[in-house]
Amino acid sequence: MDVIIESLPQYWDGFLRTLFLAAVSGIIALVAGTLLAAARVSPVAALRGFSMAYVEVVRNTPLTIAFFFAAVVLPRLGVTFQQFEVAAIIALSAYTAAFIAEAVRSGVNSVPVGQAEAARSIGMKFGQVLSLIILPQALRTVIPPMINILIALVKNSSVAGAFYVLELFGYGKQLANDHGDAVMWVLVGVAFFYLLITVPLGYLAHQVERKVAIAR
Amino acid sequence: MSSVLYDVPGPKARRVSLIGSVIGVVLIAALLAWAIMTLAQQGIFQAQRWAIFGQADVWSLIASGIGATLAAAAIAAVIAFPLGLLLCLMRISDVAWIRIPTRIVLEFLRGMPVVLMMLFVLLVFATSSFIAVVAGLVLYNAAIFAEIIRAGIQSLPRGQREAGLAIGLTSFQSRLTIELPQAVRRMLPSLVAQLVVLLKDTSLGYIVAYAELLRAVQVMADFLGPQFLFPVFFVAAAIYIAINLAVSRLAIWIERRGSKKAAGGVAKAPTAGVSTVVK
Repeated sequence: MDVIIESLPQYWDGFLRTLFLAAVSGIIALVAGTLLAAARVSPVAALRGFSMAYVEVVRNTPLTIAFFFAAVVLPRLGVTFQQFEVAAIIALSAYTAAFIAEAVRSGVNSVPVGQAEAARSIGMKFGQVLSLIILPQALRTVIPPMINILIALVKNSSVAGAFYVLELFGYGKQLANDHGDAVMWVLVGVAFFYLLITVPLGYLAHQVERKVAIAR
Repeated sequence: MSSVLYDVPGPKARRVSLIGSVIGVVLIAALLAWAIMTLAQQGIFQAQRWAIFGQADVWSLIASGIGATLAAAAIAAVIAFPLGLLLCLMRISDVAWIRIPTRIVLEFLRGMPVVLMMLFVLLVFATSSFIAVVAGLVLYNAAIFAEIIRAGIQSLPRGQREAGLAIGLTSFQSRLTIELPQAVRRMLPSLVAQLVVLLKDTSLGYIVAYAELLRAVQVMADFLGPQFLFPVFFVAAAIYIAINLAVSRLAIWIERRGSKKAAGGVAKAPTAGVSTVVK
């Protein structure tokens, strides 16, 4: 138990880095994912195809493989990162974007057809229909699944800890090595800090979902 | 839906879209060409680097990696599913002192990274890495299965339970014989989608030094020399993705087939196949 209090500075540093990784990757993924979803429903066949292929492949790729590629294979090929955080953010946001895209697409599909028909009948173009009418309604309904994707992102960022990034999991491994006699408490401490992020987010998702359910 | 968003493109729009598509394809091709050129400069395409795939040893290592990956996934799935059913029954139990602790445990399991659970089991119980991987996967996925099935039970018409109770079944009998079978059937697509997540998560075994596919890549690169890292990684990644794609297709197939056959239809797999059920 003392180990946790003793190592609070490391935990705090790791906690902040986990939050940072998740926040930056989350924002990039939200934007990229929405664009991918827009491409998926666009009139241009090439965009549709690209979006479909991207989502299909990325969803079926284990994140560990992406990190292994960035951390082990790329340096072999002469591509190195000054800070591995950059690689971690790229991998996490590229991975999460595919899931966001799927969520947004299902949201777009859930908007009643009449909305798009009405928008078109008053002369809006595709971009206007999507950005002014469909997406605002779609994003609203998919907020709870999005929050769940972000929770998954927080948990996924732990993979970065296994590849040189000192976030919560990375510190956890290091501390477990240093305190061989109190491994259990070290890891319980790590778990506590993860729950500090994921449980409130899960609660938020639940609340938002209830609100949206009433509004609809 | 997409067809409602825009008019059937006329000749002008078709031309613009065609030009755009061509530019896009050219851009992607240029990017690929650049990547291939970069790789070629590293000598990646020298025949001798790929000649290792003529050796039986390499394939047997890859095969053992695949075997280890599939074994961990299969054993974890087989244990996690009944455990998930049990947790689900406990989570919706009428008895508060069963329901509330189960709820806390489920929140706890769902809120933690799988790899942390694996490391915990590995270090605290000093087990083999295989047991650590399976235990981590079981704990996490049992919690998810429980939530999926609970969502399935809640989506059933209330009359099902009422009818069960009305003919004199106890609450538990009604859950077990009336509601659970229907819920599992309804949620089959989500359950199979979760299997893909489980399969993907076996790759976390690499981090706790379990001899799965990715670890086999590392071992081969260490053994044969770093110049073989890329070819071996490339093949292993392709195999991983192919297996996952196959299981994903299975989930979609079950969803389509189920929606034709099951009386009440099946619920759609969660958007994005994310491991979290919205509830």
